[in-house]
Amino acid sequence: MSSRIETLASRLSARFAQELRALPALPGDVAFEVDAANLLAVCKELRDNADFGFEQLIDLAGVDYLDYGREEWNTLGSTATGFSRGVNRIKETVGEPQNKRFAVTYQLLSISNNWRLRLRSFTDEGEPPVIDSVVEIWSGANWFEREAFDLYGIMFRNHPDLRRILTDYGFIGHPFRKDFPLIGNVEVKYDTNKGRVVYQPVSIEPRTLVPRVIRDDNRYDQVLKEVPVGAAASR
Amino acid sequence: MADIHNFTLNFGPQHPAAHGVLRLVLEMEGEVIQKADPHIGLLHRATEKLAESKPFNQSIPYMDRLDYVSMMCNEHAYVMAIEKLLGIKVPERAQYIRVMFDEITRILNHLMWLGAHGLDIGAMTVFLYAFREREDLMDVYEAVSGTRMHAAYYRPGGVYRELPESMPKYQPSKWRSQADVSRLNERRSGSMLDFIDDFCARFPANVDEYETLLTDNRIWKQRTVNIGVVSPERALQLGFTGPMLRGSGIEWDLRKKQPYEVYDRMEFDIPVGVNGDCYDRYLVRVEEMRQSNRIIKQCVDWLRKHPGPVMLEDHKVSAPKREEMKGDMESLIHHFKLFTEGYCVPAGETYAAVEAPKGEFGIYLVSDGANKPYRLKCRAPGFPHLASLEEMVKGHLLADVVAVIGTQDIVFGEIDR
Repeated sequence: MSSRIETLASRLSARFAQELRALPALPGDVAFEVDAANLLAVCKELRDNADFGFEQLIDLAGVDYLDYGREEWNTLGSTATGFSRGVNRIKETVGEPQNKRFAVTYQLLSISNNWRLRLRSFTDEGEPPVIDSVVEIWSGANWFEREAFDLYGIMFRNHPDLRRILTDYGFIGHPFRKDFPLIGNVEVKYDTNKGRVVYQPVSIEPRTLVPRVIRDDNRYDQVLKEVPVGAAASR
Repeated sequence: MADIHNFTLNFGPQHPAAHGVLRLVLEMEGEVIQKADPHIGLLHRATEKLAESKPFNQSIPYMDRLDYVSMMCNEHAYVMAIEKLLGIKVPERAQYIRVMFDEITRILNHLMWLGAHGLDIGAMTVFLYAFREREDLMDVYEAVSGTRMHAAYYRPGGVYRELPESMPKYQPSKWRSQADVSRLNERRSGSMLDFIDDFCARFPANVDEYETLLTDNRIWKQRTVNIGVVSPERALQLGFTGPMLRGSGIEWDLRKKQPYEVYDRMEFDIPVGVNGDCYDRYLVRVEEMRQSNRIIKQCVDWLRKHPGPVMLEDHKVSAPKREEMKGDMESLIHHFKLFTEGYCVPAGETYAAVEAPKGEFGIYLVSDGANKPYRLKCRAPGFPHLASLEEMVKGHLLADVVAVIGTQDIVFGEIDR
């Protein structure tokens, strides 16, 4: 299996020297990053060129990198004052926003060659974030892109039918964004006076039950260090 | 001439053949479907967002509740993704137990599917037959995890506990005499492996029974042959996996092609359809039940001969034994840390997929080194299947919509997530 992965990685690097950049990946995974501008051309080639043969788009996921690597509980260097209670929410400790926030990840599968590839592409900056739709290349992308639009607000250029899919009719906001509260903004209840179900602002406080904490663990240093794909496959 | 126009029909969400909460807006010309627009999300619980707010282990029970008729397969993909990021290896015995329960789950799922699909398109008896065998497997779930459905049995590093030495037994009551109870308990006198072994011996005859009811049944064939035909090219384009893809004639099964755990040591065949219609997919799934039975049998034989640990002995990931925890300071610390904060998973991204009964169930996991997932995406096999519903039913009659929903094996727990 590992030699096959190397073959794929080397073919990709040779064919798309300009367009693709290797991402750090675990042994057995192949992951590349592609600029949004080149996305469609690369995907078309990946599908049609028998060297790659990615007939299937297995999954498409939006990712919001807003809070990546941020903790809710700082435990380093706090012995003089004692630990904080670990209930600070990330929102209050946000620094300057990262320059790239939204990404779309494509999991591709080649049945003819029996290998997988993960492509990641950051969207264009701005609100809403925009990226090209791959429905023309893989029809199965239709609902996956609708889902990413619904949950992250990513607009897919030239999507035939970009509607909300999972949230309620008339929902406001994009719930999987990191700045959208877990408890939501509105709740529903039955109003006896009006005789119907009404929306109202949420009446509960957000809580942190288990704080998010990142611990450096030297046991994982081998895995953690950013290794390019080719090197990872040969390990 | 009279004014003729298309009719828009709202199908579901409270329709017994909608398999849960599917709302389907159909545009019909007479009885013929022109357009079908599935509205999903009525069971959306934001599982992926909830998982971002919890330590890794606390999300395992959420996985059961995704595809709630193939519980352990969902857990399997999730713990495999965590194990990949942690870089840990599962003990061999635990791998065999996982394979055995994956296949038990596959039979559970296909029995549910067969019963419900039969009921939807007019075969009542098969439902009762299927649930008879399902009950035995549910008892196996109960014996091993304490619950009939939402097991939370797989954990990163292995499985929660060793297979039990006894099966739960029926008790005499006002409604069940002692004689009835002893007859029912006859099979349950031995260990769980004995019970499963006995199940494997009688299950092929049961599958024959279902086939007697359906395979050559004229009505069944009229309702399924040439309904919802998908060409292999379209099946690939639409992202089909599992029996939906194999029904269209593409030989693709992750258990064979990208084997995980100990599937590479198992002997089994992959059934493949020819025409890509509902009938072929029915045949594929029925044959899969027989093949799963073969795999279970092989696992039982291996498990009998090879005792050993079922959980990784690394207390940074798996909890120490309770008696150790009571007497040993370090175990107490490990226990406390694991059940309050959980373990931190090294930063990275990965995708782990299993061949779930419905197709490829995958978990895309992004970790930034914290004790909670940064992003979790469940790739549910039913999602792209349902997305192609319009293409599959266009030009068919209204009654065929029910057959197509049935053949897709739709479960809303995984589609809405």
